[in-house]
Amino acid sequence: MFWNLPLIAVVALTIIALATIVFKKNLIKVFLGIVILESAVNLFLISLGYREGGIAPIYTNAPSSAMVLPTPQALTLTSIVIGVATSALLLSFAIIIWKKYGSIDIEMIRRLKE
Amino acid sequence: MIPQFIVENSPALMVIVPLVAAFITPFIGRISSGIRSIWVGGAMAVTSAITLILAFDVYSAGTRLYVFGARAASAAIPPDSGGIPIRIIFEVDPMSALMLVITAISGFAIILYSLSSERSHTGLESYYTLFLLMITGILGMVSTGDIFNFFVFLEILSLASAGLIAYRIDGGVAVEAALKYFVLSTIGALAILVAIGIYYGEYNALNMAMIASRMQFSLLDQVALVLIIAALAMKCGAVPMHFWTPDAYSMAPSSITALLVVASQASLYGLFRIVFSLYSVTLNAVMVGWLIIILGVLSMVVGVTMAIPQKNVKRLMAYHAVSQTGYMLLGVGVGLAVLGNQPLLDAFGYLAMEGGIFHIINHAMYKGLLFLTAGAIFLRVGTYNLNKMGGLGHSMKWTMVFFIIGALAIAGIPPFNGFASKLMIYESVFMFNPVLAVIAMVVSILTLASFVKVFHSIFMGPKLPEFADVKEAPLAMLLGMGILALVVVLFGLFPGIVVENLITPAAHALVDQGAYISTVLGGA
Amino acid sequence: MDLTSTLITGAGSWNPLAWILGIVVAAIIAWLIYSVGEKGYKPGTAQTEPFISGNPEPEKGMVHVRSGNLYWGYLEALKGYYARLVPLHTGDLHDYVLWYLGITALFLVLVVISA
Repeated sequence: MFWNLPLIAVVALTIIALATIVFKKNLIKVFLGIVILESAVNLFLISLGYREGGIAPIYTNAPSSAMVLPTPQALTLTSIVIGVATSALLLSFAIIIWKKYGSIDIEMIRRLKE
Repeated sequence: MIPQFIVENSPALMVIVPLVAAFITPFIGRISSGIRSIWVGGAMAVTSAITLILAFDVYSAGTRLYVFGARAASAAIPPDSGGIPIRIIFEVDPMSALMLVITAISGFAIILYSLSSERSHTGLESYYTLFLLMITGILGMVSTGDIFNFFVFLEILSLASAGLIAYRIDGGVAVEAALKYFVLSTIGALAILVAIGIYYGEYNALNMAMIASRMQFSLLDQVALVLIIAALAMKCGAVPMHFWTPDAYSMAPSSITALLVVASQASLYGLFRIVFSLYSVTLNAVMVGWLIIILGVLSMVVGVTMAIPQKNVKRLMAYHAVSQTGYMLLGVGVGLAVLGNQPLLDAFGYLAMEGGIFHIINHAMYKGLLFLTAGAIFLRVGTYNLNKMGGLGHSMKWTMVFFIIGALAIAGIPPFNGFASKLMIYESVFMFNPVLAVIAMVVSILTLASFVKVFHSIFMGPKLPEFADVKEAPLAMLLGMGILALVVVLFGLFPGIVVENLITPAAHALVDQGAYISTVLGGA
Repeated sequence: MDLTSTLITGAGSWNPLAWILGIVVAAIIAWLIYSVGEKGYKPGTAQTEPFISGNPEPEKGMVHVRSGNLYWGYLEALKGYYARLVPLHTGDLHDYVLWYLGITALFLVLVVISA
C-alpha cells in the first residue's frame, strides 16, 4: 500500500496541475500549474528509481558491487534544468505581455485568432 | 578526400558544431556584425556539409551507429551492463538521413536569407544563437537512438523556437504567439517525459532499440503510446490541435517560419519513429493507423478551408502548412494501417509511405520557399495584409518567379515536386480507400484556388501608386530562395531517381523494425 | 526517355521529361497559331484604348481586384460550414489546451479499447 504513495501523489499533483492550467485565468497561475506538472513528472521519475533494499550508487564504502542504476536521478536532474529554463522563458513572456497588453488575463490575450 | 576522422565522428560533430558555434556567436558579435555574419554563415555551412557527408555515408554504407563515450560502435552494449546499452547512442538510418538532408538544405538556404533579411534588426546575437540551437535540436531529434535524448533535443528545439517566435515583439502579439506555442509544447513534452518514465520503469532501458526488442504492448505501453502520439501530433500541427500553428507561423520572422516548418517535420519524424520502430506490429495497426489517417484527413480539409478566407499572407500559408502535414499523415497512416499484412503492404502500403515521406522533403522545400518569399515581400512592402497589396510583379520579378514555383509545387501541378509525391499518395491511397483519395484531390484543388488568389492579389494588377518605388529583394535573400526553388524543380523533374535513392530506403528502414533493433543489439 | 526520371506510382508511372516535351510541342503549336494573326496596331488611335465602348480608363488603384473580394461566392455558398469552423479558432489558450487534452483522452480510450 505505502509503496504506491508516491504514485498516488503523482496522480493527485497531475490533476491539480491540469485543473490549474485549464481553469485559472491569470497567466502566472497557469505557469504555476505548469511548474506543478513538472514536479509531478519529476516525482514520477524519482519514484521509478527506488528499489527496495537497493544500495545507493556511491562507490566509497559500498558494501557490494551490485548497486542501483542512477539513471532516473540523472533524468530528473536534466528535467529540472529544462524546467528552470522553461519557467524563465514563460515568465519573461508574461512580463512582456503585461507591459504591452496591460493585462495578463488569458481572456485578454487573444489578439491572434481565426 | 574527406578526412576519415570527420566521416567517423560526423554524428557527434553535426550536433557539436552548431551547439558550440551558437554560444560563441554573442562574443563574436562584440567584434563586428560583419564578422558575426561570416561566423554564423560558416558554422551553418560546416554543419550542413557534415550532415550531408553523414547522410551520404548512411545511404551508401547503411545505418550508422554512433556510441558516445565509447571508442567504437561495437561497444554499444558494455560487457558489464547486463546486456543493456546504457550509453547515449545515435542511430542514423536512411529515414533519419532523409531528415538530415532536409535540415541541411533548408538550414543553409535560410541562414543565407537571414543574413540579409535580419540585417537591420537589433538583438541579432541572440537571434543567431537561437537559430543555431534550433538546428542543433532538429539534428539531434532526428538522429538519436535514445528516447530520453530525444526529449532533451525536443526541449532544446522548443525553447529556441519559442524565443525566436517572440523575437520581433511586435507590440506583444509575437510574444502572445510564442506563449501559446510554448505552453502547449511544454505540456506535450511533459507528457512525452511521462511516457519515457513508463518505458524505463517497465523495460529498464532508454535505448529505443532495446525498448523495441522488449515491447509487449501492455496497458502501460498503450498509455505511453497515446501520450507520445498526441503530443507529437500536436507539435506537428495536426487538426484539431493545430491552433498554435497559424499564430506562431504568422508572427515569427519569415526565415524562422521556414525553419519552424522543418521543426514540425522533425516532430512528425518522431511520431513515425515511435510508432514504427518502437511498437511496429505489436500495436493494433488498424486502429492506430486509422487514428493517424483521420488526423491527416481532418488536417487536410480544415487546414485548406481555413486558409481560403485568410487576409494575412503568412497566416494563410500557415494553414496550408497544416493542410500539407495532413498528406504526410495520410500517406504514412495508410502504410501503418496495413502493417503486418505483407500482401497489402507490398501492393500499396510501401507506396503510400513513400508518398508520405517524399511529401515531407517536398513540403519542407516548397513551404520554406513560400515563407521566404512572403518575408521578402514584407521587407519591401511592410505589410502582410493581402488587401493592401497588388501589382508587385512589376518590380519584384525574381520573387514572383520563386513564388510561382512554390505555389505550383504546393498545389501539386506538374512538373514540380509536389505533384510527384501527391500522385504517389493519390494512387496508393485509392487502392486502400477511394474516398480518402478523392478528399486528397479536392484539397489539392482548393490549395490551387487559394494560391491563385494570393498570386493575384500580391503580384497581378497594374503597378500601384503606393508601391511605385518598391525594389527587388536583396541578392542574399534571392540566393536563399533560389536554392530551395532549384531543389523543388530538380525533385520535380527527376522524381524517379530521388524516390529510388532517398525515399524507398527511408520507408523500408521505417517498416523494418528488426533491422533497427539488431543494429544496436547485434545478432544476440 | 530518361529512365532515371520515371516515377513508378503503383497504378502506373509518370515521366516529367516526357510531359515537358508535350508542353513544348503544345507551346510551339500555340506559337504557330499566334504568329499567323494580326501583326500590329496603329498608335494614337482608338485601337490602344482599353475599352472599345469608349468608357474612360479608371485609376490604377481602382482596377486591381483586392483579395478580400475574391471567392466571395465560394464563402457565401459555404457560409454554414464557415460559421461553425471559424469560431472554433478562439485564440484562447484554455481552448488550445483543452483540445489537446481532449484528443489525448479520446485516443487513450480508443487505443485501450481496441487493444
